[in-house]
Amino acid sequence: MQTTNNQQNWVEVGRIEDIPLLGARLVKSPKGDIAVFRTQGDEIFALRDKCPHKGGPLSQGIVHGKKVACPLHDWKIHLDTGLAVAPDEGCAARFPVEVRDGLIYLSLEPDSSR
Amino acid sequence: MQKQKLVLVGNGMAGVRTLEELLKIAADKYDITVFGAEPHPNYNRILLSPVLAGEQTVQDIIINEMDWYEQNQIHLHINKKVTKIDRKNRIVFAEDGTSAKYDRLLLSTGSNPFILPIPGAELPGVVSFRDISDVEAMLDASSRYRNAVVIGGGLLGLEAANGLMLRGMDVTVVHIAPWLMDRQLDEPAARLLQQSLEAKGLKFLLEKQTGALVPGESGRVCAVSFKDGDSIPADLVVMAVGIRPNTELAESAGLYCNRGVVVNDTLQTFDPRIYAVGECVSHRGVAYGLVAPLFEQAKVAANHLAEYGIGRYTGSLTSTKLKVTGIDLFSAGDYMGAEGTDAIVLSDPAGGNYKKVVLKDNKVVGAVLYGDTTEGSWYFDLLREGTDVSDIRSSLLFGQHNLGDSGHGDPHARVAAMPDSAEICGCNGVCKGDIVKAIRDKKLFTLDEVRAHTKASSSCGSCTGLVESLLAVTVGGNYSTAPSKKPICGCTDHSHDEVRETLTRQGIKSIPALMHFMEWKTPDGCNKCRTALNYYMLCAWPSEYVDDNQSRYINERVHANIQKDGTYSVIPRIFGGDTSPKQLMAIAQIAEKWEVPTVKFTGGQRLDLLGIKKEQLPGIWKELSEAGFVSGHAYGKAMRTVKTCVGSQWCRFGTQDSTTMGIKLEELTWGSWTPHKFKLAVSGCPRNCAEATIKDFGVVAVDSGWELHVGGNGGIKVRATDFLCHVKTEEEVLEYCAAFMQVYREDAHYLERTAPWVERRGLAYVKERVVDDAEQRKIYAERFYESQKYSQDDPWKARGEGVDAHEYKPMAILS
Repeated sequence: MQTTNNQQNWVEVGRIEDIPLLGARLVKSPKGDIAVFRTQGDEIFALRDKCPHKGGPLSQGIVHGKKVACPLHDWKIHLDTGLAVAPDEGCAARFPVEVRDGLIYLSLEPDSSR
Repeated sequence: MQKQKLVLVGNGMAGVRTLEELLKIAADKYDITVFGAEPHPNYNRILLSPVLAGEQTVQDIIINEMDWYEQNQIHLHINKKVTKIDRKNRIVFAEDGTSAKYDRLLLSTGSNPFILPIPGAELPGVVSFRDISDVEAMLDASSRYRNAVVIGGGLLGLEAANGLMLRGMDVTVVHIAPWLMDRQLDEPAARLLQQSLEAKGLKFLLEKQTGALVPGESGRVCAVSFKDGDSIPADLVVMAVGIRPNTELAESAGLYCNRGVVVNDTLQTFDPRIYAVGECVSHRGVAYGLVAPLFEQAKVAANHLAEYGIGRYTGSLTSTKLKVTGIDLFSAGDYMGAEGTDAIVLSDPAGGNYKKVVLKDNKVVGAVLYGDTTEGSWYFDLLREGTDVSDIRSSLLFGQHNLGDSGHGDPHARVAAMPDSAEICGCNGVCKGDIVKAIRDKKLFTLDEVRAHTKASSSCGSCTGLVESLLAVTVGGNYSTAPSKKPICGCTDHSHDEVRETLTRQGIKSIPALMHFMEWKTPDGCNKCRTALNYYMLCAWPSEYVDDNQSRYINERVHANIQKDGTYSVIPRIFGGDTSPKQLMAIAQIAEKWEVPTVKFTGGQRLDLLGIKKEQLPGIWKELSEAGFVSGHAYGKAMRTVKTCVGSQWCRFGTQDSTTMGIKLEELTWGSWTPHKFKLAVSGCPRNCAEATIKDFGVVAVDSGWELHVGGNGGIKVRATDFLCHVKTEEEVLEYCAAFMQVYREDAHYLERTAPWVERRGLAYVKERVVDDAEQRKIYAERFYESQKYSQDDPWKARGEGVDAHEYKPMAILS
């Protein structure tokens, strides 16, 4: 557990290599399941592990570009905003995430800004 | 960086479609200026007929309103006809002196109606049928005058005549040829058409040559006189004798034209800065007047304007439908039947039905349908695919439905008559009204767009045919929904076949390398193309390719079937459905120990353990593996199961030992990855209790040996198998099965079941490789055996021992 000066509670959840390239892993937390994604360019994103459509586990989907395809009904969700790709409408909550020295830190307070 | 300047001359369907495609892929590349000679925003010219007929309004057919141009920062000059191109300084000039500089110029000047060079052609009351102002002139005349004469009995002429008749005019169609629509129909079909149009109230003068248009006292046209001396009264004359590509501007700028502005496969004119698309274009000597080819051109032109540099336009096959309510006709290809062709004809003049399919070398080269046009799209598919139809000649005219139902055997023609409340997509509960509304309101043009906006046909796909019909009915009758080439997905313009061919020929052995080589538009593809590519790699390079987990759908990545609540199901393989108390007890004990919520028999004669948490999977597998089970692959695009009956072991009717045959087949084929799921069955006698005739590969025992059947399907659309051949021994059954599976594995598109594949390729294609040529059969079978060496490695055992452990446990558990 580590705290930084911007008043967010950052929690270390693992190393960047723990997530396969173009893959995702699940983090279980008291605030519910969170999916952590890694893109081809090593960008890391975190979303609530629940598709806005029917609650499918986004952590099990196929990651491509900065999107993930939900495994249940193939909705596409933007990793950076949590928004469903139009014309679908809906949003998965977004969690702040940071990478420092190859370690991934997650904040358990969902980010409400878009 | 300063944006380049793109100028579009011609605000019609092809040009604006090109801009739409361009904005999708390179929104910020150009400063765009559009010149349109008409005072309207971009509208759907195909739908002028329904507007004339009073079925739609001008507002209904606008594709892009003025604010669309604003939103996309396009400078729009309407009502300004461009008259000059200064190629040296790269400036275009409009009639009123407005000018615009360009770096790239796109010409989409469309076509002009051909006006007969006869006396009186310029009189008031003589119009063509091309744009909104023509329709307005016709509507005005219909409210004030009685007699209309349409010169030209082609597609456009008949639509104009029908509209004017519905507006209350007395209409005569004059046609120079001996029958109507002679460019699309043969004589019998045209006679039927004429009969039903006459029954609606139209009059026809055939083989009649117009001599002059005669003015009345007011100076307006009052009669049409013919070369044979006859004449008829006419207050309105519509000239619909054909169109000519409008090349005036291009020619004046010195661009090479020959019955159209001549373009290459990338839609460039002889001045490479200048592109041209649409009806004004001559591509490989052909000028197209239908919308589907124009849209294909638009796509290619946009791709090049965006400097992606992939995609070539290689021409289109077109089909025709007439937009006259209550009349169904379809025509494609060589409808007359040139030398060296055969025609199969069904003629029922009293019932108003006529079907003709023209064949050459057992391939469909043309078709004319009148009355029931349900099968039009199927014949068109066969024509485009060049399918060998020798095995279905005798039933070809009865339609695809007669063969089975795997593709789109639904009665398209009935779609138009359905009420708005009729459910089209049973998976997502989408009604006809919803789809039509979305197509109209959101200006949708393609199946993919309808899928995205309404979800109709986006799940199981069985209503695809219905949705395509709705699209055709709503956006315009001659809109062909089928592009000449279907790209794998939005990430590429390449088709499945091109990709497979390239990766084999070039020896490309990784997905990123292939995407790079074939210039994928997205950096790492999408779930659609990556899963397909992963399969193609696996199939092409069984011994070398390293399976890419991240390009596998979750079920195949974790070797279990995801359920609606995120838990998984586990189905151990039970070879041939033949089990034992020991096996059953082992499953029972494991199910009890792991507190499996549901245990259920599957349709494939095995047991399904449902409701298992992902973390539990490796543990359960370890125990199943120790009890002697391997993965059932019930989660994969793979060989699933071999269903059997007890056969001669017990059954008093059994002719052969079908259970043992089933077990041997399953031992041979388990673990094989296929384009889509693959099911087998073996029945011990023709009573066929194992339902082998709705499987991908079905075996039916007979007294003299085994009958082999292929291409069956019991799912979305029931399709009975085609009979492949009869063999005598078990060894032959195994070899034929291996060869058949390998042909399917190497040829079918990813996610194409054997049923639609066999229909697309033709049974003859399969027989040639599996039955007729023993040498080839052995080669295919050998390749199958070779690939099985690498795929019969039980994934459950490996994962029970710790492979891919990260897939099954959370990265972190926070408290």
